[in-house]
Amino acid sequence: MNLFSAVRLAFGSIMTNKLRSFLTMIGVTIGVAAVIALVAIGQGTQRQIRSQIESLGSYLLTVNIRGRGADVAMTYREARDLTSDLPQVVAAAPVVSSSVTTKYGTREHDTNLLGTDQNLAVVRGMDVERGRFLAPLDVECRQRVAVLGQDVVRELFGFADPIGQEVKINGISFLVVGVLAPQGTSMMGSGDDQIIVPVTAARQLVESSGVRTLYVKGRDAEGVEVVTAVLEQRLSRRFKDPDAFRIFSQTQMLETVTQVTSTMTLMLAAIAGISLIVGGIGVMNIMLVTVTERTREIGIRKAIGARNRDILRQFLIESAVLGSLGGSFGIVMGLLLARLAGRAIGVTAVASPLVVGGAFVFSAGVGILFGVYPATRAARLDPIQALRFE
Amino acid sequence: MIRVENLVKTYRMGSIEVEALRGVTLEIARGEFVAVVGPSGSGKSTLMHLLGCLDTPTRGSYYLDGSLVSGLNSDDLARIRSRTIGFVFQGFNLLPRLTALENVELPLVYQGVNPTARRLKARECLEEVGLSDRANHLPSQLSGGQQQRVAIARALAGDASLILADEPTGNLDRRSGREILDLFSRLHRAGRTIVVVTHDMEVAARAHRLLRLQDGLLVGDERVG
Repeated sequence: MNLFSAVRLAFGSIMTNKLRSFLTMIGVTIGVAAVIALVAIGQGTQRQIRSQIESLGSYLLTVNIRGRGADVAMTYREARDLTSDLPQVVAAAPVVSSSVTTKYGTREHDTNLLGTDQNLAVVRGMDVERGRFLAPLDVECRQRVAVLGQDVVRELFGFADPIGQEVKINGISFLVVGVLAPQGTSMMGSGDDQIIVPVTAARQLVESSGVRTLYVKGRDAEGVEVVTAVLEQRLSRRFKDPDAFRIFSQTQMLETVTQVTSTMTLMLAAIAGISLIVGGIGVMNIMLVTVTERTREIGIRKAIGARNRDILRQFLIESAVLGSLGGSFGIVMGLLLARLAGRAIGVTAVASPLVVGGAFVFSAGVGILFGVYPATRAARLDPIQALRFE
Repeated sequence: MIRVENLVKTYRMGSIEVEALRGVTLEIARGEFVAVVGPSGSGKSTLMHLLGCLDTPTRGSYYLDGSLVSGLNSDDLARIRSRTIGFVFQGFNLLPRLTALENVELPLVYQGVNPTARRLKARECLEEVGLSDRANHLPSQLSGGQQQRVAIARALAGDASLILADEPTGNLDRRSGREILDLFSRLHRAGRTIVVVTHDMEVAARAHRLLRLQDGLLVGDERVG
């Protein structure tokens, strides 16, 4: 018997028990749908986080200083000089940060203060929507000027123009000179809920004026590696402790995130896979019933010349068709589910053809795997016993 | 065609051993029409299963077309059933979900004949039993006599040289039964070897040779008709 007519035969017997076949397939359908939906959402999340990291700016290095003993930070000048002699560095921005309360008129807003210099805009790829960013002179002359994030503007000014207005930061007046373009939310917190002032002017506002973060933008991938090595060396010498600081490169972050989300996706898929196994057991159960019901048919087929392997093949194909049919429905349902759930949690689900194809093959495989035992039982039936069966 | 020597078949029923056949020796030549008769429990069904290669003897040897069949494995037996033997059962044993034509095609499917050729052959066989106008009917849409004729067409389709029939008229009224017997006589005249197991003497009367079985032994072998 050729494969095509065998598959047609299998379809025929599946269609004779429509409800039963449908209920059996639901098990596989749910399993496949769960795998597809969860993997699609997992991969969507991964892609989203990656693009957030990439949007931080390419060839970015982040140095976090934890310090050693009482020596917990560097001065601005010290931090700036750390990379000023390196030709591989495009720009470096030391940052001091603190939580502050801002006030305009009667409105108050708690936000995050970054004390830095003009280089931060270059390093982090920040655009100014209105006004200007910090200038070198602001830093040199300790100008009390501030650049506000979108959220801060909305909270303090509503729809009014903040440029040229004075805001009070922890009670000290600062002149608003610029508003940042929307930054979006990233792993580093909201890029919109922050206020940026010259590092020199920030000293009055933060408890510890030390620089604990340094952003460095390298010229290229190679440059980033060189700079990382040099920084490691210089900081180790400075703090006499390799654990006093940490240097993250964007590549490293991407790798970490990819690793974490991949593990998460795999775990979700594995959990969903369990339901696929349950579905497979359903297939096996119904195949056992089918074999018993069709004992007589098996006897007749054997009497007129079917070999054991012909019977085995017939029932294996039937359970494979059952499995892959359930799988096909599952793929459609899973894609739909991924899109709906993705919309609900704000992630664009990514359904790779590999996963979809894999799920189809796997569901057919589940059908075959769980069909082996019933089909073997069918194949081993004694033709005389089978013919007597009523 | 058939030669069996000292055929013994014992079944285990729990702790009791039942001897269904206790040493049967016989020969059937090509082209013979043989009826096997005997009371129930005489071993005639067992003999039929052994002759039909559905079962293997406990002892003794069975030569079919000159080659030893007893002791072959199940795949080889299946091939012999497919190529040389056609069964006609009391209960017709057609597959209910297949049309008459598809049922007749079935032996050819397992012989690996291509679809076009087997459709042609199946039509010929249905024609031979006078049912070409019922080719696309399901068994449930056919009368008992018609179903049995489909079953005979199926036995012919595989080009079986030996047709084994087990009470072929047992489920039929007298008129359809007679039609089936006429069909057997015609097939016999066309040169087929036919072995019918029955306890209906009208059926046995059509045969040219009568084998009597009793208590698992051959007690009579006579030429009739």
